[in-house]
Amino acid sequence: MLLYALRRLIYLVPVAFGVSLLVFALVHLAPGDAISAIVPPDAPQEVVDKLKEYYGFDKPLPIQYLRWLTVTLSGDFGTSIGTGRPVSEEVGGAFLNTIVLAISSCLLAFTLAIILGIAAAYAKSRVVDRLVTSIALVGVSVPHFWLAIVLVIIFSVELGWLPPMGLGPESATGWRLDLAHLRYMVLPTIALSMIPLGVMTRTVRSTIKEILNMEFVTALQAKGMNDRQILLHVLKNAAPTCLAVMGLQAGNLIGGSILIETVFSWPGTGFLLNSAIFRRDLPILQGTTLVLAFFFMVLNLAVDVIQTMVDPRIKRG
Amino acid sequence: MFKRLRAAAAGLGLLAASAVPAFSQGTLRIGMTAADIPLTTGQPDQGFEGYRFAGYTIYDALVNWDLSKADVAADIKPGLATEWKPVEGDPKKWIFKLRQGVKFHDGTDFNADVVIWNLEKLLNDKSPQFDPKQTAQVRGRIPTLIGWKKIDDYTVELETRVVNSLFPYDMSYVFYSSPANWEKQGKDWSKVGLNPVGTGPFKVDRVVPRERMDLSRFDGYWDKARVPKLDKVILYPMPEAATRTAGLLSGQVDWIEVPAPDAFPRLRQGGMTIVSNKYPHNWAYQPSMVEGSPWTDIRVRKAANLAIDRAGIKKLVGDMMIEAKGHVYPGHPWFGHPTFDIKYDPEEAKKLLKEAGYSATKKPKIKIAISTSGSGQMLPLPMNEYIQENLNAVGFDCSFEVMEWNALVTFGFQPVTGDASTKAGTNGINISRAFVDPYSSFMRLMHSDYVPPKGANWGLLKDPKVDEMINKAHTSFDKAEQDKIFSDLHSYIVDQAYWIWVGHDLNPRAISPKVKGFVQAQSWFQDLTPISMQ
Repeated sequence: MLLYALRRLIYLVPVAFGVSLLVFALVHLAPGDAISAIVPPDAPQEVVDKLKEYYGFDKPLPIQYLRWLTVTLSGDFGTSIGTGRPVSEEVGGAFLNTIVLAISSCLLAFTLAIILGIAAAYAKSRVVDRLVTSIALVGVSVPHFWLAIVLVIIFSVELGWLPPMGLGPESATGWRLDLAHLRYMVLPTIALSMIPLGVMTRTVRSTIKEILNMEFVTALQAKGMNDRQILLHVLKNAAPTCLAVMGLQAGNLIGGSILIETVFSWPGTGFLLNSAIFRRDLPILQGTTLVLAFFFMVLNLAVDVIQTMVDPRIKRG
Repeated sequence: MFKRLRAAAAGLGLLAASAVPAFSQGTLRIGMTAADIPLTTGQPDQGFEGYRFAGYTIYDALVNWDLSKADVAADIKPGLATEWKPVEGDPKKWIFKLRQGVKFHDGTDFNADVVIWNLEKLLNDKSPQFDPKQTAQVRGRIPTLIGWKKIDDYTVELETRVVNSLFPYDMSYVFYSSPANWEKQGKDWSKVGLNPVGTGPFKVDRVVPRERMDLSRFDGYWDKARVPKLDKVILYPMPEAATRTAGLLSGQVDWIEVPAPDAFPRLRQGGMTIVSNKYPHNWAYQPSMVEGSPWTDIRVRKAANLAIDRAGIKKLVGDMMIEAKGHVYPGHPWFGHPTFDIKYDPEEAKKLLKEAGYSATKKPKIKIAISTSGSGQMLPLPMNEYIQENLNAVGFDCSFEVMEWNALVTFGFQPVTGDASTKAGTNGINISRAFVDPYSSFMRLMHSDYVPPKGANWGLLKDPKVDEMINKAHTSFDKAEQDKIFSDLHSYIVDQAYWIWVGHDLNPRAISPKVKGFVQAQSWFQDLTPISMQ
């Protein structure tokens, strides 16, 4: 198992290089340039040229890539054009805020999805199944940024129960685990968990339903096992499929929260990316995208390893 | 079961009660449109919103703006300089007398050495304190400044490249940060950004990137009439309009910038006030004046100006617009007396196009470079689509080259004859402009010497009469004469229909009824010092 994990880890290196190249190329393919975003429209060309020289944008793209790769490999990531602060600090702080939100959304979505999925798969009544399927359908179909705005209107504006934006109360800086900060997390967590809730509910339901129709379940019943014991066997068989989807969904939550973070002014990587896109802050864009991509790769690796642990028949690579 | 439900409901009620925001007396909380805190090192970024909240709050310029009145266009007044005048016989040199007794927030003195240090910071790339990011923000606003010299501790001499009687306006954009603080922060501008020190009416308590900036009253501010009444101001970056609206309605902020027009009724219903005022903003098409462009014919330009239903556009933007009658709005000191009345008259527009030789089979082809969003662009897509319908209805063949705001700004760095425009086939550009001072209003936009990248005369307008009038104003040292020249110039450019003017934004912001004493000046900048919270 250890060897398998190590081998998979080594495979990540060329993938990471490929990702870094892709990230760099995509960021530079976008129209507009980094300097024009930080200078007023009527800034003299001499100033623009000087800034290009200062930030190294006057060099050919391959040289720029190599310079970026060098500083990135040293863990530096360079300096933000927009703020002048180190990219590692900017991305690091934002990433932690995003992780907090992603974990709470994963917990909410996956817990509910497992309960609802099992309930629907086991349901004798068609009503329960249809109800759960409808919830899953809504989760998958409703645009989460729209839901976010609706939640804010209902719970913040009309009812005044929960704060509509920010990370925490006025007096605090950064995120902390206390009631005051948890209140700020409620609405973004609900909004962010809708898509994974829908996807996971459908996955859990269909996987368990499929397994329940397998012969070994009948054999277990024939052996006189009770429902709880059978459920444990079913869950173990359903775990690899569900884990794979969970891994993808968790990765999406971390990388795809740009709209939710913007609606709730949640200072995570999505909010940072939004700001960086408008400022054409290439070092931040490159740094954030690379960190997210790397995290996604590591997350998938972790899921693969766990899957192999759960079901040793799965041997990847 | 019901007991548990009751307990849950009680818990929820407790949570709800604790969710009611606690209002600190004298704290104003503002939701900005920016996605991050503007640069706080001295020269703010994020356009004039940056100047508004991270410029004139923390810092002063030698020349400040008088933002105390709502009924007249804001003009300059003494700031860190008490007086200024050109050197007799050598008008390229200016003497600025500095205010004595001014202290930075860190207790150090403001004097001539500070002025020189700050100008070196911006304009001398060999100086240790040189900061290209700050230079980028302001270099274009002080195009003629080439020299600086200390005369004595409270006098400096500044030199311009050409005679520029309007130079004091330029100096209103340069802020002075504390050299001692820069030393204290390890000569690192990014650290200064987190702990900035200026001479302004507010000092910075805390900067949390992308989250907030806390300002508090500077009791030692030199202008005792402008010592803030507020204890604190908290600035939040809130780029999403719906979030700002919700933040205000739920009481999390007291003031939001640029509420979405469709949220006005709900905000008013929630007891909020939408405040607005005219200010130097201009939303227009800048046409190509090069040979072969249909815009070179004055009849085409006039037809376009007459084809636009500005009242309809005003309705589209929730009435937050003045219908344009020229480059500046009526009532402005430079408006003058143009004879060409810009109004909605499609029949006259059709007639003019016919006179110019156009017909249903031979339409003037116009293609405008526009953005999907952007600072000062108002609602660019719906507004442009509305105009497109108007123009096509009178016989134009109007199309757009649509791009993202940043790309449009880059596009504008080259004139119409540049590669970008030639490739796109555009003969007009739609970048909203600020006419804060004479240079930004006329010189950079219409003088034939100020073609991009030097200026912003994108369409290559070349009219010797315009050049002559602008030159005359910039070499006249009599304010009344300057205003007279600019009003004559304005009348002339309107009569020539050199641009297609559409409207002037009204700078709407929504404020809570608790905010008292705010006077919305006719300016991009605003003064937060007279405000108090009830």
